[in-house]
Amino acid sequence: MRDFEYEAPASVAEAVKILSRHNGSARPLAGGTDLIDQIRTGRHAPQVVVDIKKIPELSVLELTAGGLRLGAAVPCYRMYGDPRISAAYAALADSARIIGGIQIQSRASVGGNLCNSGPAADSTPSLIALGAVAVIAGPAGQREVAVENFCTGPGKNVLAPGEFLVELKLPPRLPHSGSHYRRFIPRNEMDIAVVGVAASVVLDGSGEKFVSARVALGAVGPTPLFANEVGKLLAGQPVNEQTIAKAADAARAIARPIDDMRGTKEFRLHVTGVLTRRVIEESVQRARS
Amino acid sequence: MSTIDRTPAHATNGNGKPYKVIGTRPIRHDGVDKVTGRAKYGADIHLSGLIYGVVLRSPHAHAKIRSIDVSQALALPGVRAVVTHKDLREPGDRIVELGEGAVNLRHLSNNILAADKVLYKGHAVAAVAADSVHIAEQAAGLIKVDYETLPAVIDVEAAMKPSAPLLHADLFTDELGQKAKAPSNVAKHFRFEKGDIAKGFAQAKVVIEREFRTATVHQGYIEPHNATAMWNADGYITVWTSTQGSFTVRQQVAELVNAPISHVKVIPMEIGGGFGGKIRVYLEPVAAILSKRTGKPVKVLMSRADVFEGTGPTPASYIRVKLGVGSDGKITAAETYMAYEAGAYPGSPIGAGAMCIFACYDIPNGRIDGYDVVVNKPQTSAYRAPGATNAAFALETVVDEACEQLKIDPLEFRLKNGVKEGSRRVDGPVFPRIGMMETVEAVKKSEHWNTPLTGKHRGRGVASGFWFNCGLKSSASATVNPDGTVALVEGSTDIGGSRTGIAMQLAETLGIAATDVVPTVGDTDSVGYTDVTGGSRVTFATGYAAYEAARDIQRQMVERAARIWEVDAAKVSYENGGVTGPDGKRFSFKELAEQINKTGEPIVGRGTVDPEGCGGAFATHVVDVEVDPETGKVDIIRYTAAQDVGTAIHPSYVEGQIQGGTVQGIGWGLNEEYFYDAAGTMRNSTFLDYRIPTCYDLPMIDTLVVEVPNPGHPYGVRGVGEVPIVPPPAALANAIYRAVGVRMKQLPMSPPNVLKEILRKGASK
Ligand SMILES: Cc1cc2nc3c(=O)[nH]c(=O)nc-3n(C[C@H](O)[C@H](O)[C@H](O)COP(=O)(O)OP(=O)(O)OC[C@H]3O[C@@H](n4cnc5c(N)ncnc54)[C@H](O)[C@@H]3O)c2cc1C
Repeated sequence: MRDFEYEAPASVAEAVKILSRHNGSARPLAGGTDLIDQIRTGRHAPQVVVDIKKIPELSVLELTAGGLRLGAAVPCYRMYGDPRISAAYAALADSARIIGGIQIQSRASVGGNLCNSGPAADSTPSLIALGAVAVIAGPAGQREVAVENFCTGPGKNVLAPGEFLVELKLPPRLPHSGSHYRRFIPRNEMDIAVVGVAASVVLDGSGEKFVSARVALGAVGPTPLFANEVGKLLAGQPVNEQTIAKAADAARAIARPIDDMRGTKEFRLHVTGVLTRRVIEESVQRARS
Repeated sequence: MSTIDRTPAHATNGNGKPYKVIGTRPIRHDGVDKVTGRAKYGADIHLSGLIYGVVLRSPHAHAKIRSIDVSQALALPGVRAVVTHKDLREPGDRIVELGEGAVNLRHLSNNILAADKVLYKGHAVAAVAADSVHIAEQAAGLIKVDYETLPAVIDVEAAMKPSAPLLHADLFTDELGQKAKAPSNVAKHFRFEKGDIAKGFAQAKVVIEREFRTATVHQGYIEPHNATAMWNADGYITVWTSTQGSFTVRQQVAELVNAPISHVKVIPMEIGGGFGGKIRVYLEPVAAILSKRTGKPVKVLMSRADVFEGTGPTPASYIRVKLGVGSDGKITAAETYMAYEAGAYPGSPIGAGAMCIFACYDIPNGRIDGYDVVVNKPQTSAYRAPGATNAAFALETVVDEACEQLKIDPLEFRLKNGVKEGSRRVDGPVFPRIGMMETVEAVKKSEHWNTPLTGKHRGRGVASGFWFNCGLKSSASATVNPDGTVALVEGSTDIGGSRTGIAMQLAETLGIAATDVVPTVGDTDSVGYTDVTGGSRVTFATGYAAYEAARDIQRQMVERAARIWEVDAAKVSYENGGVTGPDGKRFSFKELAEQINKTGEPIVGRGTVDPEGCGGAFATHVVDVEVDPETGKVDIIRYTAAQDVGTAIHPSYVEGQIQGGTVQGIGWGLNEEYFYDAAGTMRNSTFLDYRIPTCYDLPMIDTLVVEVPNPGHPYGVRGVGEVPIVPPPAALANAIYRAVGVRMKQLPMSPPNVLKEILRKGASK
C-alpha cells in the first residue's frame, strides 16, 4: 500500500478546488469501505484522499413533502434507523440493511455505493426503482443526472475529473405505492449479489391494478440496469400471477449476465426471473398495507 | 444440545473410583490471553532491527523461467536483499516424513522457491527483504522474470490423458510397483483387493455404479502463514512461526538451508488454525536465508490471496463407485476407481482416501484402485482426515441409493453392514474395539431422528465416516513446584485447547486439580521431540506422555516420602492425590511438594511415548435441509453429529472439534471451491468469493458424544479432531435428494449446481 495525502475540506467549493487541482489523482472518501481496500490491493493509487464527510451538505438526511434529500456521505444505518424513511423508501432501507454487517453499515454510504459503480452494488437498483436523481458538483457548477444514467461500466460513471456527488434526491412517495429490494446470495450474509432486483409499484385505490412501476436489476450487466420495459408492461395491468409472470419474463430478457465465480449465465437469468416475481409480489403487499 | 453416552464401566477408573478431572470442563489455561488479545501469534513478533520480507509469486499456471533480473529491485533504497531458488540448498530426491505424510525434499525446495519452472499461479519465485513492507512490495514489483508460458492442466481427468501437458519430464508412473517407460502426470497407481468381486457382484440383487467429482477446497484457517527468522553470526538460527509442528519445521528448515538441526531453534507461536495446512513449510526457509543475507531478523507474512494461491489446499477428485447389495440388505461387493489431484508435486492423500472409502462397512469382496495425479495447482496438503471426505461423499451417496432401491432404512443398513471389532478392511487391517455401531445406535435413539421432518422441500440425510487417527512420538516434562502445582512443558502446538486436555490427564494421574497444572508448549530446545499436531493424535499421544510424566512423579514422590519417613519404599504407595505409608502415614500432594526442596533433589517427571493402538474414530451424522427449488439454495435446519471419541477428556473441546469439523464439511459440501478461469488462474482467492459458511448459514451443531474407550490408552482416549469433517457432504447430498429428488454427484452443491439438476429433472419429466 502506498502513502497518500489526506484532505478534509469543509465546503463543496473547497472540495471541487482540491479535486480539480489534482486532476484525477485525488479520490473522494466517504465511508472508505470500498476505497481503503482498493488502495490496499493497488486497484487505486490516489495521491490525495479527499474526506468529504466534513461538508455539511453531504450529511443531510431530510424528508419533506418534496421528497427525500440524501447526502452522499450518509451512512446506511441512518436510513434504516429512521422509521419514516424506511417506510416511505422501503427498497432503499432493504438495501441499506444488507450492505455488509453492522460495522460496514455504520460507515458505508449509498453515495459511495453508487460512485464505486460496481455492477452488483446493492443500493443502486433501489435508487433507480425509486426514481432518484444524482446531484453532482464540479468546476462548472452543479448538474443533475438520473441514477439510471449514472453508471457507464464496471467501476465507471459520468463523473468528470473535478466532479463529485453531493446528494441524491428522491421524489415523494405516492399513495398506494410500495417498494422492495432483494438479492440472491449463496450464503445468508457477507456475500455479493449474484442477482439483485428492486421494484417500486404504484397501485390504484382498489389495490388490484398497477398504475405504474419501476424495476431495476443488479449484477446481470456491466452496470445496474433500469428495466424500463418491465414497468411499461405492468402499467395499467391487473395485479395477478399472469401479469407478474410476464414481468419476470421481460426482466429475464433485459438481463445480460456473464459467467463468473459467483454464478453461471444460465443461473443468473433464471434467478432474475424468480427474484423479479418475488420482489414485485412483496412490493404489491407493501403497497396494499 | 449435547449428550454424553458414557458406558457405566467407563465412568470409573481401574480402582473402581470415578475420574475426578477427566470429563469435567475446567477453564482453559490459555483462555484469558486469548480473549483479551494478549496471546502472541506469529504476526505479533517485534524484534529490534526487524526488517520485512515479501514473496514474488508466479502470475502463470505453468511456465518456464528463462531468467530473473533482480537488479532494479536491489537498487531501490531500503532494499536489503533479494533471494531466489539458487539461494536454497539443492537437497536432492530425498523423502522425509512430516508426520501427516512424507515429502520429497527436492519438490519441497522447488515449491518454496521455484527452480526452472513455475507449476501453478501463486508459485513463489523470489523474495525481497527491505526496511518496510511497502518498500519490499514495491521492490517485488521491480523483479523482472522472463517466463515462457506453457499450456496448463488443472483438472485430474484431463491431466491423466496421454495428450495432457506434462508438469514434470522426470515423473514416471509407479504402476502397481512397476516404473512406467514414458513420463506422465500420474505419479502412482495402486490397488487393494479382498475376496472375489466378480463373484460378489453376481450375488447382488442391486448393483449401483456412479461417478463423482469434487472441487479443490482450502482449510481456510483464519491466521495466514507467517515466519520470522534470525540467523545469528554464530550460525544459530531462531524461527518464530505458526505451525502444527515445531520439530518438523526444524527438520525442514535445517535440510533446506543446509544447517545442522541443532543450529535451528523453532519457537512455535499461538496458532490461528491449521487443519493439516501448517505442516509443510513455505516461508520459514525464505525468512532464514533473507536473514542470513542481511544479518537482521526478517519477518514474512502471507496475505489471504497468498494463502489460497500459494499453500496446500485439499484435492479435487474423480471417484467412481460400484456397490452390490444382496436381497437381505448385505453388501456383497464393492469396487472403486479414485483419482486425486496432488497439485504441482506428487503426494495427494489418495492412499488415505482409498483406505477410508469402504472402512465403515464389512465388505466381503472389494477392489480399490487409487491414482495420484499432478496438475497445475498448488501442492495439496493434509486437511482434517485427508482424502476421506471426498471418498465418503461418493460411497455414502451410493449407499443411500441402495437403501432407497431396497427400501431399507439407512440406519438399519448400517447396523446390518457396519464394521465391528474383528472386521477386516479391504486394504487389509483388522479392526480392534471400535465404535461404528455405537454411533449409529446413538443416532437411532436421538430426539432428532425420532422427530418427523415436515414441510415442503425438506429432506433428512444420513452418512457415516471413518478416520484412522495416529500415534507417533510425544514428549512431556513436569516439574513439581513447592506450592503444590506442576509446571508442564509439552511439545504439541495447541490448536483446539489441547494443552488443557493434556494437563487434565496429568492432573488426573496425580490426583490434583487441572488448575494446579500450568502447561506450556515448549520450543524445540526446551522439550523432547514431539511429532506434529495432526492425525488427531495430540490428546491421545501427548496426553499419554503427560500420563507417563505423572507416573514418573508418582515414583519419585513415593521414594521421597519413604526417605522422609525412613521406611522401605515398597511400603509406600501413591493414591488419592497423595502418598500413603505404614501406620497411617500420609502426605497430600501439596504437603509433600512443600517438602521437596528441603529434603533433596527437585522432582521432575518425564514422559516420552511412541504408542501403538491409537484406535480409529467413527462418526454418523444426520441433517435436515430445506431447498429452494427455484434457486437451488440449501438451508440447513437441523444437524446432529454422533461420534465415538473413546473418552471425552474435556467434553467442551470434544464438542468443539465435532462442531468445527462438521462446519468445515458443510462448507466443503455446499459452497467452497477453487474457481479457475481458462488460463488456470484462481479467481476467488478471497473470503468474499471463497465461501466458507458464516454463523448465519448454520444451525447449532448438536453433538452425541459416544464413549467406547480405546484399550490402547490409559484413559481410553481416541482422536476426535478429524472424522467429523468426513460425513457432512454426503449427509447433505442425501438430504437434498429427499428434499427435491435430485442426486448430487458433484461438489460443491452450490445453488447453480443444485438448480441445474433440479431444472434438468423438471425438463426430463
Ligand atoms: C466487509 C464488506 C462488506 C460489504 N458488503 C457489501 C454489500 O453487501 N453490498 C454492497 O453493495 N457493497 C458492499 N460492500 C462495499 C461497500 O461497503 C459499499 O459499496 C459502500 O456503500 C461504499 O460506500 P463508502 O461510503 O464506504 O464508499 P467509499 O469507499 O468511501 O467510496 C467508494 C468509491 O466511491 C468514490 N466516492 C465516494 N463518495 C463519493 C462522492 N460523493 N462523489 C464521488 N465519488 C465518491 C470513492 O472515491 C470510491 O472510489 C462491502 C464492503 C465491505 C468491506
